[in-house]
Amino acid sequence: MDMQKPILELKNIKKEYYGNKVLKGVSLDIYPGEIHCLVGENGAGKSTLMNILFGMSVIHETGGFEGEFIIEGKPAVIKTPNDALENGIGMVHQEFMLIPGFTIAENIKLNREPLKNNALSRVFGKSMKSLDTEKMKSDAKESLMKLGMDIDEQTIVKGLPVGYMQFVEIAREIDKKGVKVLVFDEPTAVLTESEADKLLEAMKHLAAEGIGILFITHRLDEVMAVSKRITVIRDGNHIQTMNTCDTDVVKIAELMVGRKVEKIERKVNASSDEDIMEIKNLKVSMPGELVKGVSFSIKKGEILGIGGLAGQGKIGIANGIMGVYKARGEVTFEGKPIKLNDPQASMSAGLSFVSEDRRGVGLLLGMSIEENMVVPSIYNFKKYLKKFLIFTQKDTKAIRENALKYIDMLDIRCTGPTQPVMRLSGGNQQKVCIARALTLEPKIIFVSEPTRGIDIGAKKIVLETLIKLNEEYGMTVVITSSELAELRSVCDRIAIISEGKLSGILSAEASDSEFGLLMSGINKKGDE
Amino acid sequence: MVKSYIEKIGLPRVIIIVFLLLLILAAFLQGQNMSMLTTDVLVRFGMNGILTLAMVPAILCGTGLNFGIAVGIIAGLVSGIWSIDLGLTGLTGIMFAICVSVPFSVVFGYLYGKLLNAVKGSEMVVGTYVGYSVVSLMCIGWLVLPFKSPTLVWPIAKAGLRNTITLDGYYEKIFNNFLSFQIGSVTIPTGLLLVFALACFIMFIFSRTKTGIAMKAVGDNNMYAVAAGINVNKMRMLGTIISTVLSAVGIIVYAQAFGFYQLYQAPLNMAFMPVAAVLLGGASTNKVKISHVVIGTLLFQALITIALPVANQIAPEGGLAEVSRLIVSNGIILYALTQSGGKK
Repeated sequence: MDMQKPILELKNIKKEYYGNKVLKGVSLDIYPGEIHCLVGENGAGKSTLMNILFGMSVIHETGGFEGEFIIEGKPAVIKTPNDALENGIGMVHQEFMLIPGFTIAENIKLNREPLKNNALSRVFGKSMKSLDTEKMKSDAKESLMKLGMDIDEQTIVKGLPVGYMQFVEIAREIDKKGVKVLVFDEPTAVLTESEADKLLEAMKHLAAEGIGILFITHRLDEVMAVSKRITVIRDGNHIQTMNTCDTDVVKIAELMVGRKVEKIERKVNASSDEDIMEIKNLKVSMPGELVKGVSFSIKKGEILGIGGLAGQGKIGIANGIMGVYKARGEVTFEGKPIKLNDPQASMSAGLSFVSEDRRGVGLLLGMSIEENMVVPSIYNFKKYLKKFLIFTQKDTKAIRENALKYIDMLDIRCTGPTQPVMRLSGGNQQKVCIARALTLEPKIIFVSEPTRGIDIGAKKIVLETLIKLNEEYGMTVVITSSELAELRSVCDRIAIISEGKLSGILSAEASDSEFGLLMSGINKKGDE
Repeated sequence: MVKSYIEKIGLPRVIIIVFLLLLILAAFLQGQNMSMLTTDVLVRFGMNGILTLAMVPAILCGTGLNFGIAVGIIAGLVSGIWSIDLGLTGLTGIMFAICVSVPFSVVFGYLYGKLLNAVKGSEMVVGTYVGYSVVSLMCIGWLVLPFKSPTLVWPIAKAGLRNTITLDGYYEKIFNNFLSFQIGSVTIPTGLLLVFALACFIMFIFSRTKTGIAMKAVGDNNMYAVAAGINVNKMRMLGTIISTVLSAVGIIVYAQAFGFYQLYQAPLNMAFMPVAAVLLGGASTNKVKISHVVIGTLLFQALITIALPVANQIAPEGGLAEVSRLIVSNGIILYALTQSGGKK
C-alpha cells in the first residue's frame, strides 16, 4: 500500500486570522484505506485545519490560506463545503445534523433522494417527481450494513440512542457516492464505551473498503487501537507524523503537551498543609461542561490549577461551587458546609468568582467601571451604602475610592471610573472583573480562564496580580484554564479534569507525558 | 464641535428638536395663540409625566418597555371611581383615590409580574396583549361594578358606569391650580409640575438604594445578577409592581388635569404615548435615566400639542383634522419605536 498515491495531501498549510498565526506550516497526507489520527490540544489548530479541508466560509472571508491542497495528485480548489463534497471529502459532525422526525432512510438520503416519474412530473417537469422510496430503503440498508449495523431503516430518528444517531450520520456520509476521505471530528466524545468500540470497528470496516479516514480525537487509547499513522500538532506547528507501531501513548502525550514552561518566580510559598476547602462528589449540570462527581481538597494559601481539555467539565467546578449553575454534592469551607445553588451563601462564606464568560456573566456592560466593581458587595454585604431612616443610598465617595484603588493596583486603562465597561478592551474588562471579585474581600478566589482573549501585557498583569494576592495576603487562589502552560507557570498543584471526573492532581513540575496522559483520561481508567 | 454635541444629545433628539422648532415657526407664522399653546404643552407635560415615569422601573428590572400599563391604569380608574362614588371632593378625594390605588395596583402588578416572569424574552409583546385583554375584560367590569352614585351610572338604567365621568365639582385640576401663576398670558400649573417632580425624585432616590442598584444590575445583565446572588425573579416582580403602581397614580393625576375619568376602550392605547415619550427622550429597552423621562415627555407632548393646530390650519376640512391627529401621533410613536434599540 505504500506504493499507492495518497488521496489527499495538504502541504505546508499556513493560516492567519488578523495577524494571529494559527497554522504555521502543517502537512498531512492520507492514503486509501488508512486511518490517520490527528491529535492536539484545544487551540492547537485542529479545527482551523478542518475548516480549510471543508472550504468553510470563515477561512475565505479572512483571506484564505497558504499552502498546497492536493487531491489524488491534482491540485484542488475548495472554496465551499459543496466543493469539498464534490471532491469526495465527507465529514461526520460532532453534533448530529439529523432531522428527528424523519426515518433513518429519509435522513440518509436527505436532499439526494432517488426520484421517479409520475403523471404530474411528465407534465410539469422535474420538480414534481416523486421519491423512489424502495430505492431509498435499499440504499440506506446497504450503507447501514457496511457499518455492521442491523436496524430497520424505517425507524424514526427521534428517540434513537445517541450511538445509533452517530451511525446514521456516518451512513449518510458513506452513502454519498464517491466518498474518498471521511473525517471524524471527535466522534466518540458523546458515546458510551461500548458504542465507541462499535464505532471504531465500523471505522476499520470502512478503511478496509479503501476509504481514507482522518480521525480527530483526544482519547489516546483509541488512537493507539485503530490508527495506522498519527500526526501531532501543537500551537499551529506540525510536530511529527509517525507510524503508530513505532510509538506509544506516553510519547504522544508528551508531544501533544510539550511546551517550554516559563515558571514565574514565586518569592514565598504561602501554601500550608491545612485544607481550606473540601469538595466531595460534586456534580454540576452546566451545559457543555458537565461535572460528573469530583472530590478533592484545596489547601489553605495555595494556588491550585484546574486544567483539562475543553468540554470536559473543568469550567463547571467553579461555576457549581459559586451557585451559577445547578450543583449537587458536598462542599465544606473552613470546616463549615456551604449551601450549594445559592451564590449569596457562597459569597458570604468568603468565596469569590471571576467567570470565564466575561461579557456574558462577568460584567454589566452598560454600567460604569466603579458600579461594576461594587454591585455584589452592595447587595450581599450592604457595603458602600449610607443608611437613612427607612432607605439606603449608595455611598458615592466610597465607591469612587474603591474604584480608584483598583484602577491603580491593576493598571486599568480607562478614561476614569465612570467610563462604561463596554468601551474597555478585553484585558481591561478582565481586570474590572478581578477587581469586582476582590472588592468582596474573599478568602478564596476562583478565577476561570483569566487570560482568554487578552493581550500579552494584560495577561502578565493578571497572573502577577493573582500571585501577589496569594503571597501578600495569603489568599487561596484557584485558577481554571485551558492553557496548561499557563497553569504550570503559576500554580503549586494542578488538578486535571477529564470527562467530568478528576483524572488526577499533579505538581506543576510533573512531566509533560504525565499531564498528557491525565488529559486523555487514561490514568483514570487504570484506577477503575 | 457640532458633531460631538450632536453625539452627546443623540441624533434622534436632534431630529425631533429641529422638527419641533419648525412646527413652532409654522404655528407662529399661522398666527396661532402661542401663549395658549405654551400653557397646553406645560399641562400635558405634567399630566403625562408620571405615566412615562412608569416605564423606568420596568426598563431597569429588565422586562423592557411596559406595554401593559393598562393594568395599572385600570387599578387607578377603579380607585378614582370609588372616591367619586363616596362623594369625596378636593384634596381628600384625590388623596383617597391615590392611596386606594396603591394596594389595588400592587395586587394587579403582582399577578402581571408573575406572568412576565413566565414569559421571559417576550415581555413586551405579552405586555401589549395583557393590556388589551385587561381593558376588554374591564368593559364588562365597568358595567357590573356596584357603584351607585348618579354622577357615575347611566341615568336611565341606573346601573353600569358611564363612558366619561366628569371630575367637575370633585377634584378637577386640583393639582394644576395649586400655586399656579401667570407669566404674561401663560399659566404655569405649579402643583402639577411639583407632583411630577416629586415622583421623579422618589424614583431617583429609589434607583440609588441597595434594591434599586440590584434591579439595575438585573436589567443590564441577568447572568451577572445571578452570579452576584441577586434574586432575579424577585427584582423583576418588584420592578413590575412599581411600574404598575406608578401607572395607577399616573392616570389619576392625568384625569384631574384632563377633567374626566375615561372608561371602557379609552385605556386601550394609552401605553403607546409613554413608551414613545421615553424612547424619544433617549432610553432604550434596557437603559433609562430619569432625564430621559423628563426630556422625552416634554418633546413628545410639545410635538403633539403644536402639530395638531398647525395641521388643522393647513387642512381645515372637518374629517381631516381627526385623520391628521392620528397620522401625527402614530407617526411620532412609530419613529420612537424604531429607536428602541438605543444608540449604538
